[in-house]
Order: sequence, then C-alpha cells, then structure tokens
Amino acid sequence: MGRYIPETLSEQEAMLREIGYTSIDDLYSMVPEQVRLKELNIPEGKSEMEVLEQMKEIADHNTVFRSVFRGAGVYAHHIPAIVKTITSKEEFLTAYTPYQAEISQGVLQSIFEYQTQICELTGLDVSNASVYDGAVAAAEAIFMTLERNKDEILVSDTIDPETLAVIKTYCESRSVKVKLLKNRNHLTDPDEVRKNLNERTAGLYLENPNYYGLIEDVESFAKLMHENKARIIEGCDPVSLALYRSPGEMDVDIAVGEGQQLGMPMGFGGPYLGFMTCRKELMRRLPGRIVGETTDHDGRRAFVLTLQAREQHIRREKASSNICSNEALCAMTASVYLAAMGPQGMNDLALSCYSNAHYLAEKLAELGFRRMDDGEFFNEFLTAAPVDPKLLEERLTEKKILSGLPLEDGILWCATELNTKEKIDELIAEIREVIE
Amino acid sequence: MKLLFERSVQGRRSDILPEITTGNYRPDEKYLRQRKMHLPEISEVDLGRHYTQLMKQTHGVNDGFYPLGSCTMKYNPRIDEETASLPSFTQIHPLQPLSTVQGCMEVLHKAEKLLCEITGMDAMTFEPAAGAHGEYTGLLLIRKYHQDRNDSERINIIVPDSAHGTNPASAAMAGFKVVNIPSNGKGGVDLDALRNAVGKDTAGLMLTNPNTLGLFDPNILEITKIVHEAGGLCYYDGANLNAVMGRVRPGDMGFDCVHLNLHKTFATPHGGGGPGSGPVGCKDFLRKYLPCHMVEERDEFYYFTDPEKSMGQVRSFYGNFLVVVKALTYILTLGKKGIPEASGKAVLNANYMMHRLKDHYHVAYDQICMHEFVLSLENLKKETGVSAMDIAKGSLDYGIHPPTMYFPLIVHEALMFEPAETESRETIDEAVKIYLDLFEKAYSDPEYLHNAPHHCPIGRPDDVKAAREPVLKYEFND
Amino acid sequence: MFKNPEELQYTKTHEWVKEEDGIYTVGLTDYAQDSLGDIVFVNLPQVGDTVAAGESFGDVESVKAVSDVFSPVSGVVAEINEEILDNPALVNEDCYGTWLIKVNEVTGTEELLDAKAYEEVCANEA
Repeated sequence: MGRYIPETLSEQEAMLREIGYTSIDDLYSMVPEQVRLKELNIPEGKSEMEVLEQMKEIADHNTVFRSVFRGAGVYAHHIPAIVKTITSKEEFLTAYTPYQAEISQGVLQSIFEYQTQICELTGLDVSNASVYDGAVAAAEAIFMTLERNKDEILVSDTIDPETLAVIKTYCESRSVKVKLLKNRNHLTDPDEVRKNLNERTAGLYLENPNYYGLIEDVESFAKLMHENKARIIEGCDPVSLALYRSPGEMDVDIAVGEGQQLGMPMGFGGPYLGFMTCRKELMRRLPGRIVGETTDHDGRRAFVLTLQAREQHIRREKASSNICSNEALCAMTASVYLAAMGPQGMNDLALSCYSNAHYLAEKLAELGFRRMDDGEFFNEFLTAAPVDPKLLEERLTEKKILSGLPLEDGILWCATELNTKEKIDELIAEIREVIE
Repeated sequence: MKLLFERSVQGRRSDILPEITTGNYRPDEKYLRQRKMHLPEISEVDLGRHYTQLMKQTHGVNDGFYPLGSCTMKYNPRIDEETASLPSFTQIHPLQPLSTVQGCMEVLHKAEKLLCEITGMDAMTFEPAAGAHGEYTGLLLIRKYHQDRNDSERINIIVPDSAHGTNPASAAMAGFKVVNIPSNGKGGVDLDALRNAVGKDTAGLMLTNPNTLGLFDPNILEITKIVHEAGGLCYYDGANLNAVMGRVRPGDMGFDCVHLNLHKTFATPHGGGGPGSGPVGCKDFLRKYLPCHMVEERDEFYYFTDPEKSMGQVRSFYGNFLVVVKALTYILTLGKKGIPEASGKAVLNANYMMHRLKDHYHVAYDQICMHEFVLSLENLKKETGVSAMDIAKGSLDYGIHPPTMYFPLIVHEALMFEPAETESRETIDEAVKIYLDLFEKAYSDPEYLHNAPHHCPIGRPDDVKAAREPVLKYEFND
Repeated sequence: MFKNPEELQYTKTHEWVKEEDGIYTVGLTDYAQDSLGDIVFVNLPQVGDTVAAGESFGDVESVKAVSDVFSPVSGVVAEINEEILDNPALVNEDCYGTWLIKVNEVTGTEELLDAKAYEEVCANEA
C-alpha cells in the first residue's frame, strides 16, 4: 500500500468493479505499451520512524554555527516564537491560492495586512502579494520600468552578486540591455550613472545598504533619473528601513527586497520572500497577485484577489509576468513578524544590528582588520584581512563560529541582534588566538 | 473582521529583544527615517487570537474535500514538516563553507537522483521556486540549446489551446513567440495542426500529458516525434504528473526537459499560494545549459559546479531548499511501490467520481480520464440559468472547496475535479451526493444557487468594485 | 436587440467609428460592452502612436477576461479619452457616448459596415 492512501487494496478493487474495470492498469489503456514503466528504480518505501532517522542523519552532516558573523544577503535573526506557531497552523499551511474568496478570507486578509505593512516600511503606495525572492523581485521591477523606446537598465555593481546574476538572466531573455556601473570606493558612482544614461535608459537599480553594507545616496540618484525621464528602483534591507530614510522619502519609484529577515530561517537559501512596492501610477505594472478590499452583497467587508486581468491566467502570453504561485506563507510570516515586533521593536532591532556591527568594526580594527571604506554603514562592512581569510574561516569553524565572508578584496562582516557584546568579545578572543 | 491595524493600541508591545549592550552607536541624524511607520502595536495574546480568527476563515486540506483541478490538493504529511523543521536544516546559511553543508548538498543530490529516475531525465536543478518559474527555466534551456547551435530562427513555442495560462506567459518571458494550436475532437493534440505548425522556426512544444482535460494523449510518441523531426525540443509541463508518476516517464515519452511542482505531486503544502518548488530536469544534452550550483559528488564529498554553458541563475542560491527537504521525505516514504500506487489511486478516484456524476452532469470528454476530469455545465445553464460558478459557490455551503472553474478555456461552463489519491471513497461518495443535490437544486430553486454561498463568513464579493476602485492597503488617519 | 445608431459605422470586431473632418473617433459597440460585462479597466495607446486597421490598439479588462480592441482605421492617435481611465464604467453605461481614441492622418480603413449590416453580424454571433 502506498502510504497516505486510505483504502486497502480490496476496497480499491471494489471501487474499480463498480465502474466496470478489474485493475488499475485498465485505466492506463491510453498509454502506449512501449512506454509503460515496468519498475520504478528507486528504493523501497520506509516507515515514518525510519525516514525520520534517515533525514536526521543527513541533517547531522551539516554544521549549525553558534554564532554567525556572515550576512551577504541572508541574515541570522531571532524569530519570535509566535511567528512559527501562527504560520504552522494547518489551514494557512495547506490552503491553495485563495481563488474562492468566501472560504479564504483568512489568507486574503493576511495578505492585505502584509501589503499594508510592506507599504509602511517602504513608504510607497502599492505592494503585491510577494514574488519568489529578493533577486527575482529586482528583475521583475526592472521589467516594470520598460517603455516602448526605453529598453536599457543601469545596474550598480555594488549590488548583491546573487541578485545581479538573476537580473542578467531575466534581462537577457527579454532583450533588455543591462549596463553595469563600476563603483567608486564600493559606492555607486554618479559619474558612471551620467556617462551611461541616455534616452533609452528605463531606470537604475541599486541597493541600499549595498552589498558592502554602505548607505547609498539614493535621493540624488532618484533626482538624476527623474530629470532624464527614467525610474529608480531601490533594493532595500527591510530591517534597515526601521532606522534609515525610506524609499518613499527619497522619491524612489519602486522598492524591492529580500524579506527573509522578517521571520524566515536561513534554510540554506529558501523559501524566502521577494517583496515589491511601487508608486500608485505603476500599480498596473506590478506582477503577480494583489489583494484588494471590497464588500460582499450584504455590504460586509471582504478581501479578494484583484486587478487579475494583468495576470497570466487571463492575459496568457501578453501577461506582465508568468508568476502564479508566489511565497504567500512567507508573506504571512513577514506580516506576523512585523506585528509581533511592532514599530518600537523594529526600531530596537535595527538599532541593535547597527550598534553591534559598529562595536564589532571597532574591535576588529584593533586587531588589524581595518575597514576598507569610510562611508556610513548599517550592519555589514568590509575589512582588510591581516591573516589568510580561508585559514581564519577554518579555525573559527572549529569553534562553531561562522566568520565574515571572504571576498576578493577583503572580508565582509555582519552583525545582527544575535551578535551580542558577549559573542563579539568571544569572536575577538578567538581571532586573537588565530593571529598569534 | 477587524484588521491588525484596527486592533492596535499605542504603546502596546511584546518583549522580544534584550537591551543593547554594545554601546550607544547611532547613525547621523541626516540618515534617519522621518516618516512614521504604522506597524501594529499589539500584545502577543491579541496577535495570536487575531490569527486564530483568520485561520477559522481559511479552508485548508484538512477542512474537507478539496478537488481543485490542476492543483493536486493531496494530504500534506506531517513528517515532511518535521524533517523540514530540523534545526540542522533551517539554521544553515547558504554561504557556509562546503564542508559544513554536506547534509544540505546530500538532500539536493538525493532528490535529484530520485526525481530524475521518476521523470526519466538525466539532471535536475532545484533553483526554480514554483511551477511557472520552472517553465521559464526549462524554456531558457531550449533557448540556450538553439542559440548554441546558431539556430537563431527558432523563435516559436507551440502551445495547445488547452494549456495552463502560465505556458504562453512563460514562453513570452523567455523571449519566444507563442503559436497556439487547437485540440482535436478527443481533447488531444491535433496532429495535422501540429504538423502544419512546426518548421524551421519551431523552438519547441510545451505539453501537459495528461492534459488539462485530464486526458492522456495516446499519440504522445507521434507528437514528440513530429516536433523532433522539425528540429524542435519537447517540454513537459509536470503539473499533471500525479496521474502517471511511477507508471510512465516524460523522458520515455520523448520529452527533453520537464518541470515538476513539488507542491502538487510531491505533497509539499501550498501555503495559501506558495512557497512552491519547481525543479527542472533535462536530458544529458541539455545539462550544460542548466543554472549554476549543480551538486556533484566526488570521493564522498559534495561540490557545487557551474555547467559549462550555464544560463546563469533564475533565483538566488539553490531554490526553496526546505521545500525540497519535504518532497525528499515524501519520496523516501512512498518508495518504489508507493509512488505508482499513489498515481493509480488518484486516477481511480477521478474515474470513480466521474462515473458517479455522469448520469446527471455532462462530462466534457466521456472517456477514461486520468487524475482529473472536466464537466461542462453548458446545458444546465441553458435549461436552468444556473452556471458553473453557481454550482461551485453552492458547494461552499457544504464545506467543499469548489473544483477549478472556467478552465480549460476550451470547455464552456467548465468545472474541473481532481480528487487526489488521499481522499477516501467515503469522502467522494459524500461529495457526489452533494453535487447531485446541487444539480436538483438547479432545477427546483435556481435563485438559491445564484445567491450562494449562504453560510460562509462572507457572501459573494463585489469583484467589479474591487477592480474599479482598488483599495490595496489600509489607509491610516495620521 | 441592441440599438446601434444609424450615423455610425461598425467593424466586425465590434468597434464603432465616426468620421468628422478627417478625424476618426473610435468606441466599443453595445454588443461588445454587453458581452464583456462590467469593464474594470481600459488600456489605451499613447497620443502619437500609430495604429493599423484591423490590428489591436489596446484592450479592455473585465474582472476575469481581457479583450483586444481593434482599430477600424490606419493612422495616428490624436487624442485618447482620459476620462475612461478613471471611470471605465462609462463604457458600459453609455457606449456610444463614450469614445476610446481619436485618429487622424488616416491612410486606410478596415471594411466598415452600416448599422443594419452590423446587426446581422451580431445576430450571427449570438
């Protein structure tokens, strides 16, 4: 018996007889004989107990670090207990896309609340219900800026390399020209922007804080782009938004980002959450699902999937995007997380990341790991490496400490609220030992 | 129901984080956010209750029959959730040193081997995060293949008119032109139409088999041959793999690449719309174009390698990894016999349910179906005014999630049922009774069905108002 | 049966057109708006765009469908009806009083029907 099938074989045979067949194979009579599989060449099924054992054994081949000083797009944070409790509820976990509004108000309202909170974080007008991850959000945002005679996009080389890789793939398939801008001291260079800007430029994509942790002068780039009838897309760190000026305050057209930090575990890369918000005039260009508020026939508040005529199931090859499934449960996770933290909690969190990172930078500098840049940074920064970064990584790994990420020109360090003074002091002591 | 924001009271909060102990660092004033951020200020207990209320207004797989066609709403085993929650999977940074992530790599490697065997493919990427994302990736493989051969004329992707909407949308995103071909009288691919459509400009064909009518196309070998002879490649949309897994493989039917929906066929939950996972498998000759980060094993150590002529990346890192953990758990549990048993029971369920409905409802294509079947309520609507929508909404009052409505587009007043293998005979019998009641009701009291549902948290929402005057977030007063 | 004004001309694809001093005004017929149902958005071209007879220049969205709108004439878009961008319901309420675009520099037209011939087209489709 295949597991999770309620009926015994004889019960199944009874069902078959009732509809005029004798074996399940009868139902596959349309399948040409020569392609029918005789035997599936995979191991025999196992009991729940055995499978759990096996999966645990596999999992044990990973190392869980006690302290993580690595970010680069993915961050270790404390996840409030309530977040997991709420998002594990079977109804939320197992429901399909809320096509039937009458029995899906829970999911629909949660997405509406998510959209509202993401708009609040970014200071922009409209949010969709999520896309696959931050990198795809950036690529989709680029498509939103295209006009008939504008098919070039400027992309700062200070962005996350993972995001850049995805942007390149997406743009190539749609024949959008990507002009990669060389940085100056790990910041987007205004001269490079001016040099590459022309009448075909649809927009500029940059990240803030950027890959090196530095705060970019988004506002002046927004001005420059708007003067040239082009758009600006800001890839943002959602935690930093509780502290730093929001895209809405800096005249940004589209704000996107990776929402993993809002309650999702690192999970070796996913599932994550791509959030996308924009100004009202770009609303109809947003890809994917959007939830709206309306009323039912008795005037009761109701939430529905709306503006659906943008989407693939109606517009088919003319759709603005092919996205169907998104990351709904991750969006709900972010929504619960933001509500659990509240405005004060988010501010405390951002300050904690900031403070711990700045303390870490000072302590590292004392050991010769001096910062390579002098710009404002949030919770990541690049330092010189007075010892071989690979050796350092190895030695710290033995202590279950994940070092900063070795890059070509230094080490990219990160601190969040989890990297308390105690943990940082411990790291510093370990590094001192490696140096000596 | 109240929104989170309407429950907010200034000053309320939970104590989640400790005091900062690293000092009094603060960014310069000029960098600081000025705009108020209206996040809810709410206690943990009220937050919990808010979502418990929302939960009660959500129909999940365990709330009742969920025959949503094309979506494979099977039971999501609890053990899969447990393995995917193991801290040594969840707490792994994707950029850790390789020696510290061997377990994760093993998951990807094992899942690749097993799913390649199930699909008849040679290599597989887990980067795509959903089915449509997989389609896009698979089409880029096809694009890369033709580009690499300097065959730049091949710009057309052939798609049958019964296809999922994502097929043409993905083809357009991947830079192709879409050529639609009609179905034949039996709901399959019209071979003459296909012969006429293929040529030097054909990049490939996208096909779901069984198709969206729930019918297995018996001409499948001829179909893939026609496309191959014209120099095109064949793409298998795995949305309906649940009908045939373990019994017939896309690779043996002549397909060159395939995407799977782990969140359908391999029992990972849909999460109210995601996260899914849409791995893409291909034959050996396409391997070199796959996305980066393929897992390889050498001397009992796993490495990432980038294929020689890789398309690059379609998502960050390695895809929705924790979803792959769930699917792997599922496959290990079912194993060699359980996989074909699951597909067989899914097909049995659909035929059983169709058989029991067909004396009353009109079956669009009355023949053996696979894991789903389509009714056409065109006659019922003519006779009673009751539409497919009305019947679907009527079933809500009985605690049934409606079937897929108005799809595929080639059937008028379509209702598409997919009673997954984990539904018991009793559940189906009960549902059949309800649908027969609804059928009678259509004649006796059509008005009642026009106004259905009557016992849900809300009645039919005003979709027109929602679209004409979009309210897409809560508006705060200050 | 729908009432189609005698003074207008029609296409088989359910657009109406009216010519005045070389400017062609284009809208949707009663049959079109009725079969589309409640229109929730209209996508229009930009002023200065060229349109070609028999080819799509925009589309109209209902809640669950989208339909192309075809140009009866070849020419250049001189004006678009901004009002329907904010209030698409006007197309349902008064389809012959609500135009979509005005076209000038017209170089050719689609086969245009009078009201009577157009009504036959509709009768055959119903």
